[in-house]
Amino acid sequence: MNIQNMILTLQKHWSDHGCILMNAYDTEKGAGTMSPYTFLRAIGPEPWNVAYVEPSRRPADGRYGENPNRLYQHHQFQVIMKPSPDNIQEIYLDSLRALGIEPLEHDIRFVEDNWENPSLGCAGLGWEVWLDGMEITQFTYFQQVGGLDCKPVSVEITYGIERLASYIQEKENVFDLEWTEGFTVRDIFLQPEYEHSKYTFETSDLDMLFQLFNMYEKEAHRQMEEGLVHPAYDYVLKCSHTFNLLDAKGAISVTERTGYIARCRNLARKVAKTFYEEREKMGFPILKQKGEAINEQA
Amino acid sequence: MSKRDLLLEIGLEEMPARYVTSSMVQLAEKIEKWLTDKSIDFGAVQLFSTPRRLAVRIKDTAEAQNDINEEAKGPARKIAQDENGNWSKAALGFTRGQGVSVDDIYFKEVGGIEYVYVDKFIKGQPTISLLPELKDIITGMSFPKNMRWANQDLRYIRPIKWIIALFGDDVIPFGITHVSSGNETRGHRFLGRDAVIKTPEQYESVLLEQFVVADPEKRRNMILSGIEKLEKDQDWAIPVDEDLLEEVNNLVEYPTVLFGRFEEEFLQLPQEVLITSMKEHQRYFPVKDRDGNLLPFFVTVRNGDDRYLEKVSKGNEKVLRARLSDASFFYKEDQKRDIGTTLKKLDNIVYHEEIGTLAEKTIRVQKLTGELSSALRLNENEAKITARAAKIAKFDLVTHMVYEFPELQGYMGEKYALLMGEPKEVAAAINEHYMPRHADDSIPPSDPGAILSVAEKMDTIVAFFAIGVIPTGSQDPYALRRQASGIVQILAEKKWDITLEEIIAASLEEIEARGILKRDRTETLADLVQFFKARVKHLLNEMGIRYDLIDSILENQIGNVASLAERAAVLDAKKQMAGFKESLEALSRVMNIAVKCENKADVSPSLFENESEAALYDKYQSVLTDYRTASNETDKFELLVSMKTEIENYFEHTMVMAEDQKLRSNRLSLMKEISELINGFAAMNKILVS
Repeated sequence: MNIQNMILTLQKHWSDHGCILMNAYDTEKGAGTMSPYTFLRAIGPEPWNVAYVEPSRRPADGRYGENPNRLYQHHQFQVIMKPSPDNIQEIYLDSLRALGIEPLEHDIRFVEDNWENPSLGCAGLGWEVWLDGMEITQFTYFQQVGGLDCKPVSVEITYGIERLASYIQEKENVFDLEWTEGFTVRDIFLQPEYEHSKYTFETSDLDMLFQLFNMYEKEAHRQMEEGLVHPAYDYVLKCSHTFNLLDAKGAISVTERTGYIARCRNLARKVAKTFYEEREKMGFPILKQKGEAINEQA
Repeated sequence: MSKRDLLLEIGLEEMPARYVTSSMVQLAEKIEKWLTDKSIDFGAVQLFSTPRRLAVRIKDTAEAQNDINEEAKGPARKIAQDENGNWSKAALGFTRGQGVSVDDIYFKEVGGIEYVYVDKFIKGQPTISLLPELKDIITGMSFPKNMRWANQDLRYIRPIKWIIALFGDDVIPFGITHVSSGNETRGHRFLGRDAVIKTPEQYESVLLEQFVVADPEKRRNMILSGIEKLEKDQDWAIPVDEDLLEEVNNLVEYPTVLFGRFEEEFLQLPQEVLITSMKEHQRYFPVKDRDGNLLPFFVTVRNGDDRYLEKVSKGNEKVLRARLSDASFFYKEDQKRDIGTTLKKLDNIVYHEEIGTLAEKTIRVQKLTGELSSALRLNENEAKITARAAKIAKFDLVTHMVYEFPELQGYMGEKYALLMGEPKEVAAAINEHYMPRHADDSIPPSDPGAILSVAEKMDTIVAFFAIGVIPTGSQDPYALRRQASGIVQILAEKKWDITLEEIIAASLEEIEARGILKRDRTETLADLVQFFKARVKHLLNEMGIRYDLIDSILENQIGNVASLAERAAVLDAKKQMAGFKESLEALSRVMNIAVKCENKADVSPSLFENESEAALYDKYQSVLTDYRTASNETDKFELLVSMKTEIENYFEHTMVMAEDQKLRSNRLSLMKEISELINGFAAMNKILVS
């Protein structure tokens, strides 16, 4: 199955289970969790079911397109369900069947893995899902987001698309994966992989990046004071990506590093708190609307 | 009374493998305690667990609680009855409280006073009516890590999916979260289905039909016999690591052993890299030939039956191949940079925010290592090796390989140092300086390795104490206790001529000079000595030394750990011997009275009034001379004990606390001198004699 069909299959599957299908959020980020569709919507009592493909940028993992396993940018298929459904493991396993992975023919296990993202004040408990010894999915029950306790708890399911595809397509090199008929990952992504790696490690303008970080941070704070959570959060994401670029180039000394992470975390916490307050002011509209359904589940 | 079997099964989403066994045991203990508290008789207790279930079956559980027949004592007769024999309010209240009437009262005399008594009989309740309390046992379980899920408030190890609670064939009704107890269990995720357990006896057999082996011991044996079969068929040797077996066993409900292979070229990687990739990352068992050489195969355990094994094996091979390719890449990359270049990166690694970078730590450890080398009078060559090892000991921490495989620190340091032309003693010391890595590990074999290990560990401990990070109770995030025990173990075995206090002081001085000390110096030092005393105590405990002997040895400073341990051993060996008690009493008398000496001065023989004083003084002088040159602790002990007769005579004829102030202080000075000598061996007056 090529990647395009994998994505279509997963979209169909999760859509059938009540997820809103979203598109990737248009700001650079290191993981699907950082999308506002996850980070913000996991906060507060309102139900939320969503699935989307998220291109995730990890500047430090850039390898000029030369490493068969590592990418500057890879793709995650992200699912969030709040509250976590009782049969979520079964729904997930059905998604593997839909991808042509028949559990009886493989060895599938749920291996403990607790997840933490200190720079976003997030923590969760769950598993990595192993398919014949390979980690193909991160499966997490959020316990805390932006420093706030999650109630109800969301479940987050993150498929590593390229990883899973390399298994399904039996390819050793990520660039050999077929995206759709006649197009490989190489055709589409090799040039940007090379250029972004070169940019990250060689040609980026550090002074500009430092300046940007400060500007983004200031703007995030300013917009939060206005109660404008989403614009503020966009700037938090920009801060985070800018920090990653600086860090990958080794421009941030160790002592400073802790300081920068703390600055991102403070922003994220503030955004989380503001988001909750703004939703509360609105009377948690989705909760009102779906209130009955929730009560039935509880 | 008739009996039934009791079965409780908690069905869960997959628990962390490392907590399964302890949780199963906890559940059983809680149920046993509950039954005992409720006075319900029960038979054998059987424990079951898989990643998805914790279960306990109690055989022959009584139908009801035991009846209670007891005497209840009430108020004194004169309070219970007036002179006319009428019952007082106190008596009425007492009988009401006991559920009987005043007609049931009889009297009994206790200590010459008559008291009111009644016989109390409490009929045992039917067990089935009490069993819904099992709910509290389930919710009262405690786990190292808990989580919430969905809309539930309960915090638990993982979400609860089903509960079986059976007393014979009766379901014990209760509910937890949205789950109601019943008699339906779930089988293997893929091979089995849901199934009804009609009676507790059927538990294992019904589950087995659904491809779940509920008894962990049976699963374990299935894995072991699978491994043995492979060893026989393939002529392999597969060393079974107990921890790995335990973990793997708790990752599967129905185990099937299989093997896979990897490309022979990967065998060129250092063995530990291969083993770590297989064991730590993939939970595979590495495979060796009969001579102990690693082979390009691995063994893994699948959670399922033996169909499609080839597919599973192929998948696992692909994963391992990717990991080993990565490792090969790191191995090559790391060798492109020389040690000097790599070391520069330590400037950028913060060891701890308040303690500084790894480069700074290295400088402090180098200094301490140098001081130890000269204190221990190492020869020039050894000192050079130690110094070089101290300088480069941490370089492997910034290699790609150790970044990916942190557990290989030290091991990779040795490998790379050799490849980069360092002398083999230096390379060995890099690896050894992490030893002892755990409680059962041995100490560094070489002196350079041991010195570096002591210096590195001491610097860590002192630095954390200096910023106020001191282990308390179960809180020891930097494993300072283990490291302190490592130092104690090294000093005890190496028998170096150095005191623990000297090493602590040297390290503290360096920490203070670097501005890391954030607390009062004296207080920090006292905390450190106290902390190390606890580790020494631990060592002596493990040697099986009696606690009062340990206390007597640790009453004073720690000093030389090896001789301290030897003194403890001598006392322990002597404690059963004839005359030990008497000798100890004599020495203790000296020590006890010496406490009263306020100003010790030189003893003046001219102030002696009787023969016994002079005799003790002379004896003490000669003992002191021999003591200083004695070659072992047994001889020292014998010398101290040899003063016994003189001491006894002395006390028989001499009144230490004489009226005359001059006489008294001269006598006390002598007592003090002798006491100090004894104390240097042990605070003998703290030893218990029966």
